[in-house]
Amino acid sequence: MTPKPLKNTSDTLDFAWYLDKAVEKLVFLGGISGIIFIVGIFIFVFKEGLGFIIANMDIAEFFGNPAWRPTSDEPTYGALALIAGTASVTGLAVLTAVPFSIGSAIYISEFSTGRTQEFLKILIELLAAIPSVVWGFIGLSIMNPLIIDLFNVPIGLNVLNAGVILGLMAAPIMTTIAEDALKAVPDQYREAAEALGATKWQVTFNVVLPAAKKGLMSAVLLGVGRGFGETMAVLMASGHSIHLPTSPFDSVRALTATIAAELGETAIGSEHYRALFTLGILLFIVTFFINLTADIIVRGKGDR
Amino acid sequence: MVESNEKSDKTPKLSIKDLSIFYGKEKVLSNVSFDIFENEIFGIIGPANSGKTSFLRILNRMDTFVPEMRFEGEVVFDGKNIMEWRNLYALRRSIGVVFPLPVGLPMSIYENVALSPRLRGIRSKGELDSIVERCLRRAALWDEVKDRLNVLGSLLSGGQQQRLTIARALSQEPKMLLLDEFSIAVDPVTTMKIEDALKDLRNEMTIILVTNLVQQARRLANRTAFFLMGEFIEEGNTEDFFTGNVQDPRTRQYVQGRFG
Ligand SMILES: Nc1ncnc2c1ncn2[C@@H]1O[C@H](COP(=O)(O)OP(=O)(O)OP(=O)(O)O)[C@@H](O)[C@H]1O
Ligand SMILES: [Mg+2]
Repeated sequence: MTPKPLKNTSDTLDFAWYLDKAVEKLVFLGGISGIIFIVGIFIFVFKEGLGFIIANMDIAEFFGNPAWRPTSDEPTYGALALIAGTASVTGLAVLTAVPFSIGSAIYISEFSTGRTQEFLKILIELLAAIPSVVWGFIGLSIMNPLIIDLFNVPIGLNVLNAGVILGLMAAPIMTTIAEDALKAVPDQYREAAEALGATKWQVTFNVVLPAAKKGLMSAVLLGVGRGFGETMAVLMASGHSIHLPTSPFDSVRALTATIAAELGETAIGSEHYRALFTLGILLFIVTFFINLTADIIVRGKGDR
Repeated sequence: MVESNEKSDKTPKLSIKDLSIFYGKEKVLSNVSFDIFENEIFGIIGPANSGKTSFLRILNRMDTFVPEMRFEGEVVFDGKNIMEWRNLYALRRSIGVVFPLPVGLPMSIYENVALSPRLRGIRSKGELDSIVERCLRRAALWDEVKDRLNVLGSLLSGGQQQRLTIARALSQEPKMLLLDEFSIAVDPVTTMKIEDALKDLRNEMTIILVTNLVQQARRLANRTAFFLMGEFIEEGNTEDFFTGNVQDPRTRQYVQGRFG
């Protein structure tokens, strides 16, 4: 005699099941539309810029010639000075921001406690929220005369000014990310190391910082990315004149500032207009690689 | 209270008088008093939440990690009240700790053991090598890891990691070793290995062994104290605990396994 098959009564679709499915669809829709927007922007920038690259661009001139003269009778589109401007300002910004931000992240996460810690965190977040035009203003009205007085140079709007301003601007964000990286190191490690008799500084230096090094590196890289794409403050503090900088006291012009300043005055679809989009592509690619590197570092299984 | 008469002529390594421990206003351990001597294993037994871990935390001033934790009474280690040690780090260096769940620091096996000597200022590779080997041998781990000292400590099995933390504690060259339920995440074979290692270490230092396996206390401890619900019940020769020669009936009940 074959046994009677069991009748299943528990496999019912209840409200929680339907809700789960509905939320899943909704989240998918939200996510996919974000991706569509990004891809749309990407296509738009590339469509405009690519036309220039194919029809008019002379690679050697673009990367090798410092003369950016889009409006002259014989226009030249040399981006070298602009690239050098952005690179020098960003480089100085990183040099300024890294010690400040890693230092304050260490202080906030490892040495301060209770109210001081809370207060500092809020302060850093407030600093991160200062609009870039305010930083530009500080560059113009405070740093400019300061540099002229201190170094006895004719003009204070230069690589030094923009680099420091940009560094100060990027520091709060770097600090926040670096502090998150330090906070992610489990307290057990600190306890275990202190139980060994390590001093606070030894624990920080020998255990916490190595354990957080990936997070710290990506904090620095994201700061670099931030500096690279910044426009307004650099436009105001750098002097905005086309120069291959040879000293920190040279005025320079940045890629971003060039686009911001010139795009409004060009005819849509003109050669100049498209050349500016090519600068945009360059920015896009570099920022993309910086973020990608940060991402790879964070995910990387690079432990020994 | 049972006085261990044969020890009373020696000066204690660790002397505790009227120790009470608080978290904020809540008292979690009260009125502990006993002396612990060199070259003995002192067992502390008691059910969960009786205050054993809190007690160990005080001894090397790990209370500083918990802002609301404080204590009253007197703890004298190596002839000096622990609150009067000027160099907190030196106090901690002379007291090794092994936690219930092994905490391998995020570095190689070698570096885990070499860290403390390095921080003490030992630079010579040869000297570090020999310290690492000696500590790993004494923790009964050397044979299993000698060919892969450069892999991450956290890749070892749980029992191996626990022996790694013992080796790390030994690398401090401590005068006293605190073990907090070290066998909680360790298999019986490894437990036996560690127990054998502890019997050897007894000749070189003072060991305090917190355990909730009463038989482990019986196997290892010269003397034992019983904590219950934040109360220090009594302290005496371990054998007396198991022959029923105790002051308080609750001790007898706990040791015989007739308890909550
Ligand atoms: N950080 C803390 N803050 C407040 N109370 C705590 C803290 N740590 C422990 N306690 C309390 O102190 C009491 C004793 O805890 P303790 O960890 O010392 O017990 P234990 O004997 O080690 O227990 P177990 O055998 O479970 O490890 C418990 O009631 C616990 O809730
Ligand atoms: Mg405990």
